[in-house]
Amino acid sequence: MSEALLRAERLTRTLPGEVPVTLVRDIDLQVGAGEFVAITGPSGSGKSSLLYLLGLLDRPTSGSLWLEGVETSEFDENRLADIRLSRLGFVFQSNFLLPEFTALENVLLPIRRLGKLNERDAIQRARNILAELDLASQCEKLPHQMSGGQNQRVAIARAMANDPPIIFADEPTGNLDTVSSANVQNILQDLSRRKGRTVLVVTHDQSFAAKCDRIIPVVDGRIVAK
Amino acid sequence: MNPLLFEIALRHLLARKRQTLVSLLGIVLGTAFFLGISAMMQGSEADFVHRLIDNSPHITVQDQFRNPQLQPVARLYPSALIQMHRVKPETETRGIRHYEQAIDYLRSIPGLTASHMLQGEGLMTFAGKDEALSLNGMVPKDIESVSTIGNYMIDGSVKDLAGNPDGVIIGSELARILSLEKGESITISASTGQVHTFKIVGIFHTGRSSFDQTQVFLALKKVQALLNRPNRANQIVVKLDNPYAARDLSAQIESHLKYKSVSWQEASEDIMSTLALRNIIMYSVVGAVLLVAAFGIYNVISTVVMEKQRDIAILKSMGFHARDVQSIFLMEGILLGVLGCAFGLPFGTGIMFGLGQLAFKFPGTTQLTQMPIDWSWQQFAIAGSFALIAAIGAALLPARKAAKVRPVDILRGAGA
Repeated sequence: MSEALLRAERLTRTLPGEVPVTLVRDIDLQVGAGEFVAITGPSGSGKSSLLYLLGLLDRPTSGSLWLEGVETSEFDENRLADIRLSRLGFVFQSNFLLPEFTALENVLLPIRRLGKLNERDAIQRARNILAELDLASQCEKLPHQMSGGQNQRVAIARAMANDPPIIFADEPTGNLDTVSSANVQNILQDLSRRKGRTVLVVTHDQSFAAKCDRIIPVVDGRIVAK
Repeated sequence: MNPLLFEIALRHLLARKRQTLVSLLGIVLGTAFFLGISAMMQGSEADFVHRLIDNSPHITVQDQFRNPQLQPVARLYPSALIQMHRVKPETETRGIRHYEQAIDYLRSIPGLTASHMLQGEGLMTFAGKDEALSLNGMVPKDIESVSTIGNYMIDGSVKDLAGNPDGVIIGSELARILSLEKGESITISASTGQVHTFKIVGIFHTGRSSFDQTQVFLALKKVQALLNRPNRANQIVVKLDNPYAARDLSAQIESHLKYKSVSWQEASEDIMSTLALRNIIMYSVVGAVLLVAAFGIYNVISTVVMEKQRDIAILKSMGFHARDVQSIFLMEGILLGVLGCAFGLPFGTGIMFGLGQLAFKFPGTTQLTQMPIDWSWQQFAIAGSFALIAAIGAALLPARKAAKVRPVDILRGAGA
């Protein structure tokens, strides 16, 4: 396996309350650069919670998480947000596109927020990404004017916008028909195989998981041996 | 201002046109009414103060003392053990002693015009009718410099009094009641028993009927003779180039002359307090109008925040900071506030113009008075600032709530 891009040690997340609920418990995990990894498990097993922890969307109750060799548990919210903006990309089951913005504008959002490209270059980059995903003709369309599969591909384009080394996908094919689902699976696989991105996918779909380099099964918040 | 955040804010508002329009309308109306009412109230106050300053002396030096004069023995022995009771002060003729020196002193102060006068009561008899009068004995050549009565002359002029020592200037109401005209003679008697006949050399009309009925202006010497107080003046009236310096200057004059010196502000203190109270009430009422409008903004932005939980979550998961999210919703409030001002201020200007066209005849006056409106830039600035503050204040709470959204809470819910 290549050098660890993401490393978790005894990662635990417990929701406080009268009856505390442990979502993930003592997770030890390493993911290398360019790996295509599936996190699988039954509903409520904690696989999405694990993804949120690894994607710095949630903070562990205990344990440590290294991203590109840097321990992140002491970072403040703004620092975590900056890392998410420049180093991580997210795709969710619902596409979560901003409904008032066109496909192009949705992809432009993270590029403009990062602010490294001027407006012309930013637009060009967004158009290129959309074209790569066969969405060149959809640039000016609003989310409600596109199909579910097209919307999910726009969401993937948005996740790729700032060229992050890691992409997290939470049930990205959960709401799609078979054809669109296969399309999205191929795109994510391609991102890992051809472009060297690390892709972590949470999925129920065993056929999708089978396409991945590695499967991490999660049951009751723990990684179990396959 | 971050253009990306501004664009998101703008799109949020444009996506809810009807709600946005309703809350915008609230701010437009609030701003317009705020401006109209505030300009009217401030205008009437300014008009009142202006009239006060114009029509009354800026400072009046009176022939009395602010505090009772001490007996010579009390001044000499302030800590004496023996006290004398029933000491009757020396009887003296009322009036300002050595008023000539006082006038010289006053005229040495830059930006000040002063003249002495003797005021008293008299009775006019004409065609079998009696009218009680206030006699204003003035130095004819000084009248126009210390009084505005010259501005209200409708027949004759103040200068005619200088040319005719037996002349009198009367008000239009007195002339109307007694069917008098310029050139006619009237007889005025005083409580001293002195009687003198005067020729009407001018008629003034201020619009205040009681003033126009009771006040007459005569040469000082004649009033001194009528009241049997030769070489006496009981008032020195002062006009200033800067009327607002009256309070300080009045204190300085009183400390020098010892006589009670009353500025126009002091003389009108109770009315000024009433005006201040009226302003508090007015700003409370129009402020409440804007508060209601602000609730409209709060409502629309709160709704957007509620509806946009998923968008907020995705923006934050994408890497937007909490303060970015807060800025988006604050900008929505600012946008509504700015647009509210942009439409509300011209609308308010229209209301001000409309109010300015209204004319009323108030009791005690004989002519129509137009509604005074304050057109100063401060009115626009106050109305605009109030609207903006109300809009930003209304947006602040939902914006802070939006900033606190934890994306993972929304994502968990959405994935479930």
